[in-house]
Amino acid sequence: MSTVTYLYAGAFYVAALILVLGVARKVVIYARTPAPFKIPTTPAPTTMPGVAGRMFRETVFFESLFKASKWTWIFGWIFHFAMLIVLIRHLRYFLEPVWVWVAIVSPFGVYAGWAMLIGLSGLWGRRFLVDRVRYISAPSDHLMLVLLLAIAATGLMMKYVWHTDIVAVKAFFLGLMRFDLAPLPSDPLLLTHLGLVVVLMAVFPVSKLLHAPGVFFSPTRNQVDNSREFRHQGIRSS
Amino acid sequence: MKAEFTIPVVTNIPVTPSVVEGTMAHSRPFVAKSDHQSALGFPEELVEDWHDRALAKMKELLGKYRSLQVFMDSCVKCGACTDKCHYFLGTSDPKNMPVARQDLMRKVYRRYFTFAGKYFPWLVGAVDLTREVLEDWYSYYHQCSECRRCSVYCPYGIDTAEITMAGREILASVGIGQKYSNEIIGKVFKIGNNLGLPQPAMADTLLDLEEEIKEDTDVDVRLPLDDADAEVLLVTPSADFFAEPHVDGLIGYAKVFHQAGIPWTLSSHASEAANFGLFIGNDESMQKVAMRIRVAALELGVKRIIVGECGHAWRVAYSYWNTLIGPFDFLDPDYPAPQHICEATYDLVQAGALKFDREQNDDKVVTFHDSCNVARGSRMGNMPGGQFIIPRALIRASCNHFVDMREDSIQEGTYCCGGGGGLLTDDLTELRVKGALPRVQALHEVIEQYQVTHMAAICAICKSQFTKVLPFYSLGMDMIISVHQLVGDALVLGSKQ
Repeated sequence: MSTVTYLYAGAFYVAALILVLGVARKVVIYARTPAPFKIPTTPAPTTMPGVAGRMFRETVFFESLFKASKWTWIFGWIFHFAMLIVLIRHLRYFLEPVWVWVAIVSPFGVYAGWAMLIGLSGLWGRRFLVDRVRYISAPSDHLMLVLLLAIAATGLMMKYVWHTDIVAVKAFFLGLMRFDLAPLPSDPLLLTHLGLVVVLMAVFPVSKLLHAPGVFFSPTRNQVDNSREFRHQGIRSS
Repeated sequence: MKAEFTIPVVTNIPVTPSVVEGTMAHSRPFVAKSDHQSALGFPEELVEDWHDRALAKMKELLGKYRSLQVFMDSCVKCGACTDKCHYFLGTSDPKNMPVARQDLMRKVYRRYFTFAGKYFPWLVGAVDLTREVLEDWYSYYHQCSECRRCSVYCPYGIDTAEITMAGREILASVGIGQKYSNEIIGKVFKIGNNLGLPQPAMADTLLDLEEEIKEDTDVDVRLPLDDADAEVLLVTPSADFFAEPHVDGLIGYAKVFHQAGIPWTLSSHASEAANFGLFIGNDESMQKVAMRIRVAALELGVKRIIVGECGHAWRVAYSYWNTLIGPFDFLDPDYPAPQHICEATYDLVQAGALKFDREQNDDKVVTFHDSCNVARGSRMGNMPGGQFIIPRALIRASCNHFVDMREDSIQEGTYCCGGGGGLLTDDLTELRVKGALPRVQALHEVIEQYQVTHMAAICAICKSQFTKVLPFYSLGMDMIISVHQLVGDALVLGSKQ
């Protein structure tokens, strides 16, 4: 077993721990922090199922962003939806046997990879072209997009330019999950791709990627508009 | 109207300006004097250890409000909000973009409370809390009217109002409160209303109004004060007692109650619906101000509480009262508690209890300005969006000529008048005039297209703000009117048919 295998195995274990514990910690903090008052942005649903519907539209269709800016919405939505498909495609490296629905979705993952590039490029372009967005962008905002672009680009390059031994890659990840290490191929492109993924996992809980769990805890979106009917006493409840 | 600043040009179509840094860096309201501060339990002046106390306060607030904690973490700088704030649209100052306003606090949050900001501040734009940062906070957290328009468009529902409130609370807690808001809250504590109007003056004013109605209509319409036989306690902004055009709204409420035969009263103990505790983000003040109303309702033994035309007061009443001063189990369960005057009038209209002569308002072509706190922080009626439907239904019931302004400038997308959130003070005139631009622009469109003559509103701040700023745009100050003025003018008094 090579040093590279040990190095990457260790990095993935550490990154996975940071990701899971870090996000769990944040979720616990969000859940435990009181929401003392009713502050839904109205008009808001007056029932719990209504709120579930609002949250569904917000997280699946990005409803508020659609109202705000069609360009940001189209690039943002393409990127996120494409990333979902790509993630589903990547499940095949972690499943044996591969679930049927994953196998069905997988071929679309290749096109989704290209769509990710398009969406991310559009989002990055706005950071240069729109003066307002340029003003609010910190180095980390650019770097996050560069990171995701690089992950998508290296992934696509392995598909089209320099193939790697994906059977061995799968064996490596199955081995990781079973705590029974298998060798990782050492193609530079694969190592770059995986290294960037490790970075993404590790920065998730300490970066703006917290918007993913955060949206579900946003009181303006997850509260029922029923303040007159029910007396809201907001400690540890929404 | 002459001004010491450049009045924005009203264009035919809405325009998003290019960023011009620092245009409003000089704008800051008067700082609260020591007695304004101490009345609310804040330090009298900037404390020596302001740095540590500000951070301790921020930590406390992060643990107290889920909104603040989640909003500090969630922003991805997508830019959706950047062209949504009326103050940015009117001033071009990038720090008036909601995300940039939030970032004034977020960059300090990151520096002291996050891993990335502690170890890689340059990467994530984290900064130390310095006097300059504190000055920026004071300036720009008083260039937000807490109208929540940004929160409609944010994909994570980030509400800059919550951050502005936290910012102001931190500032006040280290000794730099805002004079206008804190002085007013002090007056409510001491005398019972924002204007410091004592009971005898109120009683006189109400008598004068009764005489005025008698002269105009030959009908004895009463405006009772502290009447223990009343069923309804009306709590309304104190501007309704004397300011124009507010007072015509109060006359309208009185006529509605008279015609419907509902015994009602005002209270000298709770002669104010406004609650500036919301604006400064101070729950204790908000609760104390609100509690007067519960006390008055119990003392008078009323069965219903109705709130007059006041935007933020309705938000506080609708969204906060039940939590702060509830439960309202001593009131008649057949009516919502509290109820908005527009809801009460609307129900009477629906029940056929009121008759209107719309021709009385035929000299007007009316449009409606949705007040921000009503639109995005409350509701009327039993369906979402009732707060848009009900006031318009009242205007249509009392006027023949009504048109709406451009779709993205009304209802949930309504622009703040520019004077809300504790900014309705003369030391912020430039900000108020510039912040009114998006509303004035949309109004300009309907004036051109439909010859609109009047804009009705249901908020005392909106009414005062437009009375002041419309002349800067060469529009008449009397364009702005109360919804219940229209109702009162068209309402047929006397025997029911």
